[in-house]
Amino acid sequence: MLYRESGQYKTSYIADQAIFPIREDRIGMAIIGLVALAIPFFASDFFLNAIMTPFLILSLAAIGLNILTGYAGQLSLGTGAFMGVGAYSCYKLTSIFPDVNIIILVMISGLFSAGIGVMFGLPSLRIKGLYLAVTTLAAQFFLEWCFIRIPWLYNYNASGAIEVPERRGFGDIILTGPSASAMTQYFVVLAIVVVVTLAVKNIVRGRIGRQWMMIRDMDIAAELMGVRPLTAKLSAFAVSSYLSGVAGAMFIFFYLGAAEPSAFSITLSFQILFMVILGGLGSLVGSFFGAAFIWGLPIVLRAGFPALGLNVGAEVIFHIAQMVVGALIIFFLITEPHGLARLWQIGKEKLRVWPFPYA
Amino acid sequence: MNARVKHVELHADDDGLNPGDVMLKLENVSLSFGGVKAISDISFDILKGEIRAIIGPNGAGKTSMLNVINGFYHPQQGVITFRGQARSRMQPYEAAASGIARTFQNVALFKGMSTLDNIMSGRTLKMNKNFFWQVLNIGPARNEEIEHRLKVEEIIDFLEIQHIRKTPVGKLPYGLQKRVELGRALAMEPDLLLLDEPMAGMNLEEKEDMSRFILDVNSQMGTTIALIEHDMGVVMDISDRVVVLDYGRKIGDGTPQDVKNNQDVIDAYLGVSH
Repeated sequence: MLYRESGQYKTSYIADQAIFPIREDRIGMAIIGLVALAIPFFASDFFLNAIMTPFLILSLAAIGLNILTGYAGQLSLGTGAFMGVGAYSCYKLTSIFPDVNIIILVMISGLFSAGIGVMFGLPSLRIKGLYLAVTTLAAQFFLEWCFIRIPWLYNYNASGAIEVPERRGFGDIILTGPSASAMTQYFVVLAIVVVVTLAVKNIVRGRIGRQWMMIRDMDIAAELMGVRPLTAKLSAFAVSSYLSGVAGAMFIFFYLGAAEPSAFSITLSFQILFMVILGGLGSLVGSFFGAAFIWGLPIVLRAGFPALGLNVGAEVIFHIAQMVVGALIIFFLITEPHGLARLWQIGKEKLRVWPFPYA
Repeated sequence: MNARVKHVELHADDDGLNPGDVMLKLENVSLSFGGVKAISDISFDILKGEIRAIIGPNGAGKTSMLNVINGFYHPQQGVITFRGQARSRMQPYEAAASGIARTFQNVALFKGMSTLDNIMSGRTLKMNKNFFWQVLNIGPARNEEIEHRLKVEEIIDFLEIQHIRKTPVGKLPYGLQKRVELGRALAMEPDLLLLDEPMAGMNLEEKEDMSRFILDVNSQMGTTIALIEHDMGVVMDISDRVVVLDYGRKIGDGTPQDVKNNQDVIDAYLGVSH
């Protein structure tokens, strides 16, 4: 009733190939957009700072991994380290060029991550699946080692951590640093994530995205259609690592504010991988679902216990939340191995034929 | 979607060859895997514009033959000449670029993609707009996508699969999957189309449809076709010339009528009393 595409005829291929060909989808996106713009004016700083901003950043990281694993079919466990490369490059860049707008530097720092991603992507030309995952694990540990052992990367700070300096832009607005407002940082992150997601959407529905999916689904046939495995796989590594790098730089500059090397440990890699698997491999909207689930659920659970009037210690709540999240991951993977994105799709299909069970 | 296209405009590239000229020539090709000889000393040719069938009992080396032609296997001996150029150690994507397309014995579609995307993937080599245009998806990249969509829609019309345009191919029945796979190969507008058992596992109606498509592709688009097939009725009806393999050796070559009366071929298929 609410969601019908009947009667919406397309008269051109351009209309047929639009990102949101169905009117109801466009209305839905407009509402989501308005809500995203309105949130900062109603929500507390805590909500923006601790929930929305990191959710958006992690969504971008999940999209990055989804490009590689979901679209191009190459398993990777090095996302955390590639995010780290982005963060450390951005830190170095802003130390060297303090006057350049930090947003530009964030976008540039992804390029360093892309370069390193391509380097560690080279083994993918020979090995597949779990074996490739192990080589990306090597990237994870090697890069983490670099973050600890190369003091130049953190400007020889005694603490061994990077601390985000204050940077202003667009007139005199404080964009980063301890005194930046949550609202500013949220809007910056929102703008970057929206623009980059649109760009990624254009890539995955065009020739390059098709090449990735061809390699994923049937590499032999893909070669026969003229896809060079070298270009297709390495371009997937490049785009994926670029997105991870940008996400990593934002993670430090617009969310954490300071970071030790352990911020980019294998735990983060796994967290992103869970977001991708749970959200749905090969789905951009799924990356957002996955990030919301993995990032949001522990926060909801932690807030939920006190709200119910249960008087339990913070430590206990933290552990229970972790257990519940773990159990839910298993539950979801058993009931819907294709992730939340598939559930979303099924829901939409059901709505289309409602009130009948099938068309 | 109103198909504005009334007739099929796809055709093989003009390569300077006239119908009847030798397009592909294999001379004394041998291929072995360790001690196993898959193909021994086989020579035959494929003429432009013909439908050439490759037949033989199971394990005769037919699929290996196709794999040699499109570069998956590299023969240890022999010369392969395609359009007058001898080639050595060609990679599959180079074969694709030179105008050889193929379907597989076991359907090798891209399971996660729709019919439309699968056929669009056949246009990969014809698209060349770079990464940055793709990111923006305006101007040239978008026009390119639409332009190729038009070609793909011609193929969809030709194969009569309009109704499954947006369906993920994994959900399609086997017969339609075979048809989509043919469409994907046609989207490359190949000069030489290799079909590996296009009718395996089909019922009579599906076989008739597929035969009609193969004949139409051959006559309307001018595509040269080499096919492997086990259904002798089909082979004898649609092919111009037949080459027969057995245990990696060539035992017969000629028109369907010649082959049918060849004693070696009859022995290979029916067995001989010792």
